[in-house]
Amino acid sequence: MARTLLAIYPHTARRYDEMLAADGTVRPHWRQFFIHLDSVAPDEMHRRLDFVDRRIQENGVTYNVYADPNGADRPWALDPLPLIISPEEWAEVSAAVAQRATVLNAMLADLYGEQKLLADGLLPPALVYGQHGYLWPCQGIKPAGGTWLHQYAVDLARSPDGKWWVIADRTQAPSGAGYALENRLVVSRVFPEMFRDLHVQHLADFFHDQQDGLAALAPVEGDEQPHIVLLTPGPYNETYFEHAYLARYLGFPLVEGQDLAVRGETVYLKTLRGLKRIHVILRRQDDDYCDPLELRGDSALGIPGLLNVARAGRVVIANALGSGLLSSGALMGFLPAICRKLLGEELAMPSVATWWCGEKPALEYVRENFDDLVIKPAYPTQRMDPVFGHELKGEAREEMLRRIEARPHAYVAQEMVNLSQGPTWSRSHERRLLARPVGLRAYAVATPDGYSVMPGGLARVATGASDRIISMQRGGSSKDTWVLTNGPVSDFSLLKPSLGVRDLVRAGANLTSRVVENLFWLGRYSERFDDSARMLRVALSRVVESAGEKTPALISAMDMALHLRILPTPEEDTKIKEGSEHVLLEAIYDPDQPGSLAGNIRSLLWSATHVRDRLSLDHWHSLNRLQREQQTALKTHPTLPEAIAFLDRVLSVSSSLTGFAMDNMTRDDGWRFLIIGRRLERLSFLAQTVANFLSMSSSRGSGSLEWLLELSDSIITYRSRYSRLPELLPVLDLLVFDNSNPHGVIFQAEVAARYLERMARELGEESGSPLPDVLGRLRTFDLAVLERVRLGQCQPNSPCAELAGLLWELDAAAIQLSDWLGMRYFTHVGDVSRQTMAL
Amino acid sequence: MAKTPVRYHVLHETTYDYGSHVSLSQQQLHLSPRILAWQQIEEQRIEIRPTPNWRRDGQDAFGNPVTWIAFHAPHEMLFISSAMTIAVRPHLPDNLEKSVPWDELRDRLAYDATAPAPEDLEATRYLFESAHVRIKHELADYAADCFPPGRPVLLGAQALMTKIFKEFKFDPEATTVSTPVMEVLEKKRGVCQDFAHLMIACMRALGLAARYVSGYLLTHPPVGKPRLIGADASHAWVSVYAPGFADPWVDFDPTNNLLPDTEHITVALGRDFGDISPLRGIILGGGGAEPEVAVTVTPLDEAVAPVALAVAPNDKPAAPAGGPASD
Repeated sequence: MARTLLAIYPHTARRYDEMLAADGTVRPHWRQFFIHLDSVAPDEMHRRLDFVDRRIQENGVTYNVYADPNGADRPWALDPLPLIISPEEWAEVSAAVAQRATVLNAMLADLYGEQKLLADGLLPPALVYGQHGYLWPCQGIKPAGGTWLHQYAVDLARSPDGKWWVIADRTQAPSGAGYALENRLVVSRVFPEMFRDLHVQHLADFFHDQQDGLAALAPVEGDEQPHIVLLTPGPYNETYFEHAYLARYLGFPLVEGQDLAVRGETVYLKTLRGLKRIHVILRRQDDDYCDPLELRGDSALGIPGLLNVARAGRVVIANALGSGLLSSGALMGFLPAICRKLLGEELAMPSVATWWCGEKPALEYVRENFDDLVIKPAYPTQRMDPVFGHELKGEAREEMLRRIEARPHAYVAQEMVNLSQGPTWSRSHERRLLARPVGLRAYAVATPDGYSVMPGGLARVATGASDRIISMQRGGSSKDTWVLTNGPVSDFSLLKPSLGVRDLVRAGANLTSRVVENLFWLGRYSERFDDSARMLRVALSRVVESAGEKTPALISAMDMALHLRILPTPEEDTKIKEGSEHVLLEAIYDPDQPGSLAGNIRSLLWSATHVRDRLSLDHWHSLNRLQREQQTALKTHPTLPEAIAFLDRVLSVSSSLTGFAMDNMTRDDGWRFLIIGRRLERLSFLAQTVANFLSMSSSRGSGSLEWLLELSDSIITYRSRYSRLPELLPVLDLLVFDNSNPHGVIFQAEVAARYLERMARELGEESGSPLPDVLGRLRTFDLAVLERVRLGQCQPNSPCAELAGLLWELDAAAIQLSDWLGMRYFTHVGDVSRQTMAL
Repeated sequence: MAKTPVRYHVLHETTYDYGSHVSLSQQQLHLSPRILAWQQIEEQRIEIRPTPNWRRDGQDAFGNPVTWIAFHAPHEMLFISSAMTIAVRPHLPDNLEKSVPWDELRDRLAYDATAPAPEDLEATRYLFESAHVRIKHELADYAADCFPPGRPVLLGAQALMTKIFKEFKFDPEATTVSTPVMEVLEKKRGVCQDFAHLMIACMRALGLAARYVSGYLLTHPPVGKPRLIGADASHAWVSVYAPGFADPWVDFDPTNNLLPDTEHITVALGRDFGDISPLRGIILGGGGAEPEVAVTVTPLDEAVAPVALAVAPNDKPAAPAGGPASD
């Protein structure tokens, strides 16, 4: 056994240590875990760390990446060691958090109602009327159950004496509960025995309380089931991963503003099957962006008219619009008196000492004690990083003081907190614990019986040993939080809920039009990416085989890639002929070149990002692999063999994507649109390919039919049927007419037509598809007329030109159908509401 | 000065010709006038074409009547007419120099951890920054010479009004609805809305309460000419908090350098234009969305009936309207 991990773990009196007592011994509630940790072999620990990294990466747990699939990846940072909290201590913390949520809710009720706090002088008007977060149009709106604050988070820190303090309140749309859940799922697998033996409280009950709390308030009529959605600002948001993750976990559809529509005093979800009433909106979108009619008019994210639905009491918005107001740090100093007034009790957990500069005596104190204070904005809508007084010298200090004096009410000063420290596992040593400052974000949700507090939370870790600020934006890390219990652990899990027969739901009836649209494009892009990868592999292999020669097969393959617009139209013909290799590599790797593989991968990831909550985790893993492949390739200058190997890998990812779509997705309307998208894209590709092949003069060159079979992934079938060199007639039969070949033209058209008909029937509509007509003519085409046809001699009016013409018609029908689906079923993302104003 | 009320008929017509179908539209109307101690509404009617699919009437947080309407069916034009008969009593304050010294009032409005007088608390709604009224120290500097220590607040406000009137040029081309106050201060140009916002921002920068008033102004046709229909426009001015007067809010019109009396008709009060813009909407579809706005204010005891304008009076109604009174 190596020396104990404690040997070089720094022990300091300046900070409270979560794991070590003042005398340097391990605290009782950490002991069992520490002994275990001390006994794990370095190799084993390496494997566990790898598991954490892999899991984070494959689940695509990110903080701010989804805005741009090509952008810098920022995976979620997770330290595998949990923050452990004893049952006794948690009882106090949890009661204090619940009390704080209760008093903040009562404050919202007062400030959007009677405003007795202002009349009594318990709160300065500047902190209410002076805040842009005070939403005047929301005054007088009384939400169901008197609940404004449905979800609340609070940042806690522990001072050197071991007491917990409140650093900040999060009342707008607090983030992190989903990350806490994901951390739990990972860390409980890193230390499964410890997790079981220590009696760690589970998190599922908390989320169940949230579901119940929202459902209980839903303004349902008659026997309506409460219909709850999670509103996200969209994939650009830094915590979009969490929105999708929570939506899936809680079983709420993930919607964007444009998925919702107000008619009169009701808000609806726009689904494929018409408007469906929504009773509750769990929002992760800031409140002032929620209704452009009455709030910020410049926002396209909102739902025009939503406020009037809230006024009529016909929707619960969680949190209520206007709740962001209470995230202001300036309120903290006033909270003890407010708590006494509103709840008739003392505030259980103190806030870190905070001075609002808008009060004269406070301003003087700040001036005199500047070195010991952190300056922060008073209003959450202000963008400003905290400033440490002692770090400001000379002119910078004077400038800051001038700014404060010019607008004192806009600033608060807080006492500096020496955060407690906890052990983290060093990534750069063989076997070592580091001591890092930690803070805890705790969560509460409203239930009919008061606030329920998550037993645990998101522990956040600073990067450096002496850091005073913990921020995920600044590269901080996170931890799971283990709250131990003396009693039995509830084994309730949302992942295996117990539902009755009447709760059963078959195939999502509430698919939003936007989701359907994105699934359709996901289908099209995944096929398009597959097609272009195949075409490029065909051409690249011919370059390798020809060893510098211009073989007939290479010339025809390059011709085809040009016709299919996978290669850009050359300015001079010679350029292509001379530098096939260079042109092909660019068509693979340059995302900005139209039609390139990299561009197609980007589009595919983009559409996948928009329906991420609909994809299984494995499905998502494959997409992430694809993105990683591409990002790695971008950084290197690949050689030809490397490029071919890359194409092999992306094609294998592509087939696993297809597999997931076929195997793992529910057969609902969304899936059908995905498949229709895929089939229409492939139909268009195959029809164009064969039509071009028939017309190109270069296709008579030897070896061309071979690559045509390779391109359509039909070479195995052909060989098993004919066991001889490819000839035109059997190849055409296989690629066009054989309706059992999944890479054949007629097969695509038939499958697409079948799904379209079925959908039209279920939606009670006429199918407007132009496919059956062309398909019928193609079926009756007499193959015998092609018996004497030679390749590369397709004269006008000849039978082969007739076949090419039919294929072009089919291609046109596929495109027309795609447009028609867009018109009929999709939301038209481009159609954005706009504001008008008249004097 | 007449002791009896002056009666008016006001017609405020807004027409949107969208050019193509608008499939969905929601509008918020601040077109119905509020009742004031000196202002009585005898009759008021809003006419909307096409007929909205939904309508709700209420009151906003500042006590103004507000109407929301929604259209769910495609339409190519929207016409809203607000017609009212209204009586305005003379209400000029007696003696501006009797008002409370401005620095005393400033300290009184500042928070001191005690319960404020209800009247003062009400005034603090109009004490802070709002979307169209950002507060910068340059604004306090600009107003400083109007507010020497101990000067009665209303005399200070009057001096500030006159300063703005003298130093700024009325210019409808210079600004738009969203021009920030600081830009107006720099350009020294603008329209009634800009001057009102500027004066409010200066007052608030000094720690005083001021609110934005929207309404109408009686204009006077040239001698011997008949009044033209639609020649007027909506107007905006400022109301300053001065406790101790019968009405603690006193109006100032910096565009015309006068204290509004019976020729100003109040529609709504708010922190700034954003709270009470007459017609604010969200539409889906449509081509152009520039409205035509026509306002006619007719004194009911006037002998000559107004005549219709031959041409639409307001080519660019998106720019804030409301010119200086012609007298």
